[in-house]
Amino acid sequence: MAVVRRRSSLPQAPSFTRADVEALSGEIQEPNWLLERRLEAWDRYLQTPMPYMEEEWRRTDYRHIRWQEADRLIPANGATAAVVPSKNLEPLTGDEQGGLLVFVDGKVVQLELANSLAQKGVIFTDLRSAVRDHQDLLKAHLMTRAVTPADGKFAALHAALWNHGVFVYVPRDTVAELPLHVVCYNTSAGAALGHVLVLLEDNAQATMQVEYASRRSDEQSAYIGATELIVGAGSNLRYVSLQDWNRETFEFSHQRGVVGRDAQLDWVNGVMGSRLTKAFIEVDAVGAGANARVSGFFFADRDQFFDLDTQQNHNAPLTNTDLLFKGAARDNARTLWQGMIKSLPQMQRIDGYQVCRNLMLSDKARMDSIPGLEIEADDVACSHAATFGTLEEEPIYYLMSRGITRPQAQLMIIEGFFDELLQRVPFERVRQRLMNEIEAKIIG
Amino acid sequence: MAATLEIQNLHASVEGDESLILSGVDLTVRQGEIHALMGPNGSGKSTLANVLMGNPAYEVQEGAILLDGEDVLEMEPDERSRAGLFLAFQYPVAIPGVTVANFLRHAINARMKAEDPDSKGIPIPKFARMMREKMTQLHIDHAFAGRYLNEGFSGGEKKRAEVLQMAVLEPRIAVLDETDSGLDIDALRIVADGVNSLTGPNMAALVITHYQRMLNYIKPDFVHVMYDGRIVESGGPALALELEEKGYEWIREKHLAQLEF
Repeated sequence: MAVVRRRSSLPQAPSFTRADVEALSGEIQEPNWLLERRLEAWDRYLQTPMPYMEEEWRRTDYRHIRWQEADRLIPANGATAAVVPSKNLEPLTGDEQGGLLVFVDGKVVQLELANSLAQKGVIFTDLRSAVRDHQDLLKAHLMTRAVTPADGKFAALHAALWNHGVFVYVPRDTVAELPLHVVCYNTSAGAALGHVLVLLEDNAQATMQVEYASRRSDEQSAYIGATELIVGAGSNLRYVSLQDWNRETFEFSHQRGVVGRDAQLDWVNGVMGSRLTKAFIEVDAVGAGANARVSGFFFADRDQFFDLDTQQNHNAPLTNTDLLFKGAARDNARTLWQGMIKSLPQMQRIDGYQVCRNLMLSDKARMDSIPGLEIEADDVACSHAATFGTLEEEPIYYLMSRGITRPQAQLMIIEGFFDELLQRVPFERVRQRLMNEIEAKIIG
Repeated sequence: MAATLEIQNLHASVEGDESLILSGVDLTVRQGEIHALMGPNGSGKSTLANVLMGNPAYEVQEGAILLDGEDVLEMEPDERSRAGLFLAFQYPVAIPGVTVANFLRHAINARMKAEDPDSKGIPIPKFARMMREKMTQLHIDHAFAGRYLNEGFSGGEKKRAEVLQMAVLEPRIAVLDETDSGLDIDALRIVADGVNSLTGPNMAALVITHYQRMLNYIKPDFVHVMYDGRIVESGGPALALELEEKGYEWIREKHLAQLEF
């Protein structure tokens, strides 16, 4: 178990004001209902103390954030997609994207949607445009069903101040064959509040990848994000999220998938960047027969701190959730996974599984895993596990006995550790890239 | 040039423990020869195999191992492999996430890079063709190449995977550590055929076995018996049959009698 530090001072709050909320809403030219919701969230934000010693926060010390740098909304400075590293812009498969949406500093610099998808009624756009063009859908679904302002201090702040985001809508009985690709890239330090809302109506299907990255900076940034994945009855969503913020970024994010009757969510979450990441990653299985597979990989080095807090909520009978996280830590890095499987009473025949596998690559690194179950039903199959390993000499010797050098043998074993997870990323090109990034961390 | 492996007065223990498991092993193996090394459990056969390969769990206290006159003890396990030594492990370890094909391609490329740092490694089509040939030869399903190395392999699959590695890496001197144990007769024949097809003028083999059974299929030129950390008896193929008939008890008695002098 983690040792709880005695804290001499409470965490500082960012200096945002109600006027910032009003100004932002005015800039987006939002309808009244949305401004009202923002202000309501703002009030909730003010009433909520900065998280500090609550169970899900007490192992995560973020007091080294310098809000004087990190709480200024990053201004758009006229940059184009040309500033985004080309690896982030490469099509996910073949030469064709189903859609590509690129943000630089929160501003849309590229938006494309394949005609074949547009003709089927697929919506793939930025959230500010959606506020104008798809008001009814947003009114019903934006921060009402998946992530809500009630989820915590940063969820409330996000609801009050989100300043960019993506909106995806796949109509009933519609298959979006080609993958949708979103890239969020920041060139300067400051605050970014990005939102993802994916809405699949019944019997729909989509595949999507969102990438987060930022240019190196000595100044600090804060990413206060929310991701909402709403998967209608009988639908199928494959969703990949890759985070590679620069090393002075603090991420506070709430991410939740809501999976309907007989629907399937296959979610892969990769965390490589940031100085500190505190992510709440949750799935709600809300319809009978809902199925969610949640996969995570993380690799922390130097002074990085990752705290991944996962929850699998079985709110309907006959639901199945399967969570596998795999992570490595080297240098002085720290990682923490806290997992929870919950079921409402009388939710019979549910099957929940959670496991986190940790690979410790240095004596000074520290990895904690805290699985948990809160099951209020009796006809259930729920299990959890956490494992910890180091690089062992025996497999290294075995590989070396075939002529492979020691550094190469170590590299192969670490990459092998992650392979099972990377195989869950549905794009070969992206898998290869991730392998290279893992390799860079190992060698780095 | 024909390779020669010379083991001279080799003393070794488990790392960090002074009690000797090998207490003066002398053996010379020349390319083209097949040697069988037999002996009761605990006599030091597997330790010898691992010390030859450079397993860091063991420590050499005294003696020398020379390959073509080069000091093997100065080499890391990967250098020994690239110099032409090979060990078929008794208990191969599983490497999750690394496929058989990926592993062997890296092993070949490591050899090519050691010879020429600018080498780009073996072209994938050429490698794939070679793997298919070797797998067919060893009656191994081609799907095997895509499986994670030794993970979930049956005992027989592990042994076959070891022989496949040997076939691909083409060592000059191969040590087979109880490659026969746990194999049914069909698997044993396939493994033995594989070994036989590789041995010859280009490869010598040191076949470590507890039982004579393996030697019905792999015909040794020399048979040695290990006891208490030393080779106490050497002879031709007839020695193996004698051991089969009489067991190891007479070796023990003879050895103890020698010690009393």
